[in-house]
Amino acid sequence: MATPRIAVVDYGMGNLASVAKALERSGADVRVTESTAAVRDAAAVVLPGVGAFRDAAARLEQSGLGVAVLERIAAGTPFLGVCLGLQLLFESSGEGGRWPGLGVFAGTVERLQTGLKVPHIGWNELEWAPAGAGMARALPAAAAVYFVHSYAALPADPTIVAATTDYGGSVVAAVARDRVWAMQFHPEKSSVVGLSLLANFVERAKKEVRAS
Amino acid sequence: MKRIIPCLDVRDGRVVKGVNFVGLRDAGDPVELAARYDAEGADELVFLDITASHERRQIVTELAARCAEEVFIPFTIGGGLGSVDDVRLILAAGADKVTMNTAAVEDPELVRRCAARFGAQCIVVAIDAKRVTGSGEEGRPPAWEVYVHGGRTPTGIDALAWAVRAAELGAGEFMLTSMDRDGTRDGYDLELTRAVARAVDIPVIASGGVGTLQHLADGLTSGEADAVLAASIFHFGTYSIAETKEYLAAKGIPVRVVAAAPPDAGPGTACGPAAG
Repeated sequence: MATPRIAVVDYGMGNLASVAKALERSGADVRVTESTAAVRDAAAVVLPGVGAFRDAAARLEQSGLGVAVLERIAAGTPFLGVCLGLQLLFESSGEGGRWPGLGVFAGTVERLQTGLKVPHIGWNELEWAPAGAGMARALPAAAAVYFVHSYAALPADPTIVAATTDYGGSVVAAVARDRVWAMQFHPEKSSVVGLSLLANFVERAKKEVRAS
Repeated sequence: MKRIIPCLDVRDGRVVKGVNFVGLRDAGDPVELAARYDAEGADELVFLDITASHERRQIVTELAARCAEEVFIPFTIGGGLGSVDDVRLILAAGADKVTMNTAAVEDPELVRRCAARFGAQCIVVAIDAKRVTGSGEEGRPPAWEVYVHGGRTPTGIDALAWAVRAAELGAGEFMLTSMDRDGTRDGYDLELTRAVARAVDIPVIASGGVGTLQHLADGLTSGEADAVLAASIFHFGTYSIAETKEYLAAKGIPVRVVAAAPPDAGPGTACGPAAG
């Protein structure tokens, strides 16, 4: 069986080694890359990221990687956004102003509205929605994952919500539409459950390789 | 959910205190031990490095890099970090967070610079606090003094005041060790933990003095801590992470309970196929 090559997009936003290692552990051939050509050649694309939304959006634009990512999403390439990589898929974020994102999904990213501590740091259980069926395949019923975030997405279309978590109210934990998956939490830091989620993404990419 | 965090003391890339676990190939290898804790259901790990040699930077960076390959839960590295560049190297190698202690007390602006550059969520300020003699008696409110240099040097700084200031500077979490209780197995200084937890609105990790599972529960309930750190009760095999979680869950404390993974099937099996 062909091992899909997965491009982990390196646009200068945080350490990508953990994401790359976790994907490798899940059976992928991983390339961490700053190259738009490598993103265009990959069988699947992963957009991680930790840090400020504004900086991230600016770096994606200046590097041309944002355009490359949008092309791949439009072409139906399996795509996974992680943390900031989820938030960047929306139209804008209210983090320190109002900054435009990639606009793949309608809706915005806003500061967590909760009586609890922000940033939200720690493990929380996921509640799956129908859109998360592919992502959650073969997962244990009570699946807790690791979050580190102060902002969360507010999708305009509720049917893209794949999973939520309860942090002083319902918070969007994952979204999915067609071949675009994104997770607000860190699967690469979520132990067995996180590796299972990544393995589901890798399996998805393998199917696309076989089909093409 | 409340977090359970084993802490490993390391020197020259090796676990310092003895570890009593069956089935480890190398009980002195911090990465193998960390992977084992991941598989058992630990929520995070802390490595405190006490290497004294001039090669310490390289040794610690290598530890972070190896750990990032084998361990898929968040891990923190601390001990002797004194500059933005020290922090950058450790985070770039794969650590999720760093702890700062003496350097933060000596140069509080270092906390601000690191938080601004790397994000508050990865800057853990470690506070070693010792109860001020006579405080808390005869109607006087309790007070604690900050100590630095591994607990050897008193600073005259009030621990609560320092916590408030460090939080304002951008600390993302506190790792709070009671020097009076550390090593005693008498339980956390719950008054200290509660006082800091109430003084700041960032998470507090309680540390120092755990001898029983009840102590962990106390830290999370009456101590009002968000996470509990312990070393010897886990390393010596007194309690497994799994039974710790079951115990806390039975007391109604929200914790992540992990189903036992079959051997060689999950992360934490350092001898699994992907590790070869």
